[in-house]
Amino acid sequence: MTTVVLNRRNLLAAGGSILATGVSGLLLPARAQGLAPTDSMAGGANNYRKGAPIVERIGKGGFWMSGTVRRAGDGAPLAGQRIQIWAHTTEGQEHEPQSHGATLTDKNGSFRLEMPQIIPIFGQPHGHLAYDSGEFKTVFLRPVMPSAKDKSLEAHFVLQPA
Amino acid sequence: MRLAKATLIWAALAAAICVPIAAAATSPLLAWRGPVYILAGFAGIIALGLTLVQPLLIAGYLPGLSAYRGRRVHHWTGGALLVAVVVHVGGLWITSPPDMIDALLFASPTPFSPFGVIAMWAIFAVALLALFRRRLGLRTWRIAHMSLAVVVVAGGVVHAMLVEGPMETISKAALCALVFGAAIKVMADLARRMRATSRGESPVRQ
Repeated sequence: MTTVVLNRRNLLAAGGSILATGVSGLLLPARAQGLAPTDSMAGGANNYRKGAPIVERIGKGGFWMSGTVRRAGDGAPLAGQRIQIWAHTTEGQEHEPQSHGATLTDKNGSFRLEMPQIIPIFGQPHGHLAYDSGEFKTVFLRPVMPSAKDKSLEAHFVLQPA
Repeated sequence: MRLAKATLIWAALAAAICVPIAAAATSPLLAWRGPVYILAGFAGIIALGLTLVQPLLIAGYLPGLSAYRGRRVHHWTGGALLVAVVVHVGGLWITSPPDMIDALLFASPTPFSPFGVIAMWAIFAVALLALFRRRLGLRTWRIAHMSLAVVVVAGGVVHAMLVEGPMETISKAALCALVFGAAIKVMADLARRMRATSRGESPVRQ
C-alpha cells in the first residue's frame, strides 16, 4: 500500500490534472497513456553533491524523509533505486557533507531515511531529493514542509527511461 | 505637552523598529545559522525598518527635525538602506550561492524572492536617479522617486511577510503595516501638494 500525499507543489507540477481526493493512495493518472513522469522542481538541485553515500541514517536522526519511486506509464514500483537526500538541518547547512545521504527503495518502491530535523532556510522549511543513477532520467525534487514543526516530509518520484 | 508628544512619536518609532529586531534575536533558528547568514537576515530587517523611517523623515513627521534637516537625514538613511540591502543580498549569496542566483534570475521556487529582488532593483534605481536629481528637475524627480518608492515598499513588505525566518510574526506584521501606512500617507500628502502646485495655487504647507 502506497501512501501518496498531494501537496500544492505536486498539484501544480501535474498541471492541476490530478484531483486531490483526500483518499490515501488514490492517485489517478489524468491521461489514458498512463502515469506522467515527475518533472524536476525549481531549485531542486541547489547544493547537490554528487555521490552521497548510502547511510543507515543522516546524523543523529529524529526526522523522517519518505516517499515512493515508480515508473512512468504503468506506475510500477521501482525497487533498489538510489535516492539522495539533503537539507539544512539542526546538524548542518545544505552544502555540508554531513547533511547529505542516500538510501535505496524497497520491493514496493518505497524509501524512508531518518535525518536531523529540517529547519527553515532561505525563507522556507524544505528538503532536497535526487534520483541520479542514470538508468532513468535524473529528477531533483524540493518539497516544502507545510509547517516548520513537522517531523516528516514526503516526496514521490515517477521516472522515465533516460 | 509638545515635548510629551515628541517623546511619544520617537519612542513609538524606536519600538516599531527595535521590537522586531529584538524578537528576531531570540529566534531558535539562529542557533543553526552561521554568522554571515545571521548578519544577512538582520540586514534585511534593518532595511525594512529604514523603509519606515524614510517617508516620515521626508514628510517632516519626526519632531525636532526641521524640513531641511529631515531631508538631509533622508539622504543618509537612503544610503544606509542601500548598504543594508547589499549586505542582505551579499550575505545570502555567500550562504547559498545557487539559491541567491535563482532568486536574482527570477528562477527561484520561493514566492517571496521576486518581490525582494524587484524592491532591490527599485532601491538601486532611486540611488542612481538621486545622483542626477538636479538635472531631472523637481517634478520629474518626485514622480520617478515616488513611483520607485511604491515598488520598494510594496515589494519589501510582501517579501518580508512571505519569508519564514527568524522574525516573529506579529512584530513583523506590525512593522510591515506601519511601513505601508506611512508610505501611503506621505505619498498622498505629497501628491495633493503637487497637484496644488501645478494648478498654480500656493502649496498648503511649507
